[in-house]
Amino acid sequence: MTTQVTTAVNAPTLNAHPWLGFAVRRLGRLVGSVLILVSAAFLMIHLIPGDPVRGALGPAAAQSLVDAQRASLGLDDPLWQQYLDFLHHLVTGNLGTSITTGLPVSDVIRDRLPATVELAVAAFLVAVLIAVPLGLAMGVLTRGGRRPRAELGFTSTAVVLAAIPEFLLAVGLVYVFAVTLHWFPVAGRGNVASYVLPVLSLAVGPAAVLARICRVELLAVLQTDYLRTARAKRLPAAAIYLRHALPNAVTATITLGGLLLGGMVAGTVLVENVFGWPGLGSTIVSSIIAKDYPLVQGVVLVYGVGVLLVNLAVDVTLALLDPRSTIRES
Amino acid sequence: MRRWMAVLRTPVGTGAGLLLLGVLLLAVFAPILWSHQANAIDTDHLLQGTSADHWLGTDNLGRDIFYRVLVASRTSILLALLATSIAVVTGLALGSAPAILGKRGGRVATAVVNIAVAFPGLLLALFFAVVFGVGAKGAVLAIGFAGAPSFARLTQTLVAGVAERDFIAAARIAGVGRFRMLVRHILPNIAEPLVVNATIGAGGTLLAFAGLSFIGLGVQPPAYDWGRMLGESLSGIYVHPAAALAPGVAVVIAGLAFNLFGEAVAKGLGAQVPRARWTDRTPEATPAREDDSDAVLVVEDLHVSFPGPVTPVRGVSFTIHKGEIVGVVGESGSGKSLTALAVAQLIEPPGQVRAAELSFLGAPLLGRLPVRSTAAVRRRLLGTSFAMVFQDPMTSFNPTKRIGVQLAEGAREHQGLTRRAAMDRAIDRLRAVRVPAAERRARQYPHEFSGGMRQRAMIGMGLMGAPALIVADEPTTALDVTVQRQVLRLLETIRTEDDVAVLLISHDISVVAQICDRVLVMYAGRVVEDLPSTELATGARHPYTRALLAAVPDLDTALDEPLAVIPGRPVDPARLPEGCAFAARCAFASDRCRLEDPVLIDQVACWHPQAQAEYSNFRTGQR
Repeated sequence: MTTQVTTAVNAPTLNAHPWLGFAVRRLGRLVGSVLILVSAAFLMIHLIPGDPVRGALGPAAAQSLVDAQRASLGLDDPLWQQYLDFLHHLVTGNLGTSITTGLPVSDVIRDRLPATVELAVAAFLVAVLIAVPLGLAMGVLTRGGRRPRAELGFTSTAVVLAAIPEFLLAVGLVYVFAVTLHWFPVAGRGNVASYVLPVLSLAVGPAAVLARICRVELLAVLQTDYLRTARAKRLPAAAIYLRHALPNAVTATITLGGLLLGGMVAGTVLVENVFGWPGLGSTIVSSIIAKDYPLVQGVVLVYGVGVLLVNLAVDVTLALLDPRSTIRES
Repeated sequence: MRRWMAVLRTPVGTGAGLLLLGVLLLAVFAPILWSHQANAIDTDHLLQGTSADHWLGTDNLGRDIFYRVLVASRTSILLALLATSIAVVTGLALGSAPAILGKRGGRVATAVVNIAVAFPGLLLALFFAVVFGVGAKGAVLAIGFAGAPSFARLTQTLVAGVAERDFIAAARIAGVGRFRMLVRHILPNIAEPLVVNATIGAGGTLLAFAGLSFIGLGVQPPAYDWGRMLGESLSGIYVHPAAALAPGVAVVIAGLAFNLFGEAVAKGLGAQVPRARWTDRTPEATPAREDDSDAVLVVEDLHVSFPGPVTPVRGVSFTIHKGEIVGVVGESGSGKSLTALAVAQLIEPPGQVRAAELSFLGAPLLGRLPVRSTAAVRRRLLGTSFAMVFQDPMTSFNPTKRIGVQLAEGAREHQGLTRRAAMDRAIDRLRAVRVPAAERRARQYPHEFSGGMRQRAMIGMGLMGAPALIVADEPTTALDVTVQRQVLRLLETIRTEDDVAVLLISHDISVVAQICDRVLVMYAGRVVEDLPSTELATGARHPYTRALLAAVPDLDTALDEPLAVIPGRPVDPARLPEGCAFAARCAFASDRCRLEDPVLIDQVACWHPQAQAEYSNFRTGQR
């Protein structure tokens, strides 16, 4: 963090429009990633050994049925033709039709997406709201080797919590709070109480990681020269921590938080299966098992785009918080 | 290898090692010993709870869950290890591709890794699970390939780190081929961190695999691993919680065993500095001092100590008067910068500052104040009248705030100015330190300033109030020579115009000689000589001062002779010798010097002060 871009003044175009350069680079990367994601989703069906339609319909299905389905999916066209059709359909919002239910994939996604987004966003907010204040407070309390015992307790608890995967935590939480204590429902999505356990299962692990990073980052910032400058200005402690340390400590935290949010989007898959949550996560698992490939393709695309959007949001937030990052990244 | 054994001897290392050994032994022997019990179907005892016959009850075919959990260890761990090896091998291939393929191919490989790393592992695993098909084989391949990008990233970083080193450059010049270079020179040097990360990774893989089996995409019946057992018994968690919890606990324990062992090894292989105990010392009694109304800063018997214990500053005394520029010189480690930080009240715990007296404009700076309001008064006094300029202007500004804001905030805090008024004052002060286009500059960020401009802005920050003292800690060290001169001139001008006192810390005696009225020469945490700078050339009496002066080359220095140096090294503050600290490096040292510590008498701390004007190859007329 302390190394500076000394050449910044020598780069007039970037210096004059750092945001323009940043936007162009970042959009370029987004477009590239989306293209690769779309191509991967398209190729997925073709990488499967054997006939995907035969696989989906089972060995007992009539050949005529298989042929009809292949024709409707366009699988008999040349590969480039299929790819162009796929892209064209994507642009028009047509994600194909589910083999098992015959419903348009876009309808299924529209139906299921809100539950997953709710879960991921709620878990992210809970994780950040717990982890950032906790990590910063621990950083202030344990700075310069103060309170070694509190530090040990905090770090070891965080390490253990971060090591437990969300679906196991979910099972444990269900056992304690639903089966034994009857505080919250075991499964399903209904009132507010039904959100508590799924959100906690998703949030606890990332919160533990985030709190640890937050503390370490704050400790690093407290060592910097510019914090000494702030102290030399004899600002009150609150101003030193909140105005000078916090914005610099959270930049790395946000980078990591973004990665964790991406991980949470994926973590919904497992947690939804524990709680019978009617979201995309349970859909993708059931469609993979049923070999309903158009549906799998659609859901994979949605998850992938979700992750890419999260990454974009992280970069933009970082650029707003730390103006150097618009120039630094290349 | 010996370091690995050392890791195993630490408490955490031993515990994690034993746990991992136990888990691995279980995976090897459990199926041999208990396969029969695990597969025995008992239709009389279906889905039973805990009993003497079945510790953890039975499943839907009456099979003993306890034995099934034990036996499932082999499948779970074997598949996890397989997937980990796929991840490591694929990651290694992708990550070392730049080293083998050369620039263009390497860029493609890096781009692939960069994009893949952005996606969460589980999502990649699901994608590959579709391609490779549902089942144990598909899951191993899926999790292996999904884990590859992060290993590739790690390999890239490690390879890049090694590739910079000299022996690689030497091998390249010797014409070693790329592949041979990778295998013979690079891989052996990154093997250790790779193995450590693979161990930690195996724990993660185990958990991920349990996840896939849990949702039904991994191991398929009749085979079973912990994940599948958990998934199958989840629906019955109300009636039979043990069946769901037991495999879950097994997964966590096995995962932790890999994780902890890897972390312990990683920690043990990295350098660990044991924390020394901190011994407290009580301050000494305050001696009386003559009253000095013109004094800006009075320092009497100042000590700075750190846990160890080491005391890099031991008994420094000096007084700075209004409008005086006092220089402090000495080699690195002489305690001069710590002295500056100590008088500025900027030593952070665990460092400790004590002094018989430390007062600024007549107000004592040391000691806890009984009343809150007095503490606030002291802070305001320091905030408006005591300015600091730090050594490295590149790092001493907050990179995320505009320069103007950073100047203004002190004035808003201590002088109660509005945002507007404080910003106007900041722009005015930037002008005062001759920052061109001050209005525009105030809105810029530190990274848009050059080093010299930043140091000006830093001095301008000190001028926001009405400073009586500027403490400048090596303000010109990080700047080039022409900018050095400008910054020193600026300090001098401020002194003349506003009657501000300056404490200038520098390791460069020629810098100090240029602008200071008085020079304090520090060695090993003490002031060894205190003299007017006009007398530097002719009147220096301490052998150390003379040695410092002699080490400065000038235009008359013969080019064919080696530069003069001070023999030996500065003393380590943790290992101070008895007697004079400079004795070991001093040409005039006698037995007395090695036994008795000289004190500052008549402005010099030496048993053998040299006669004046013995030699004078040093000139102060450099301006």
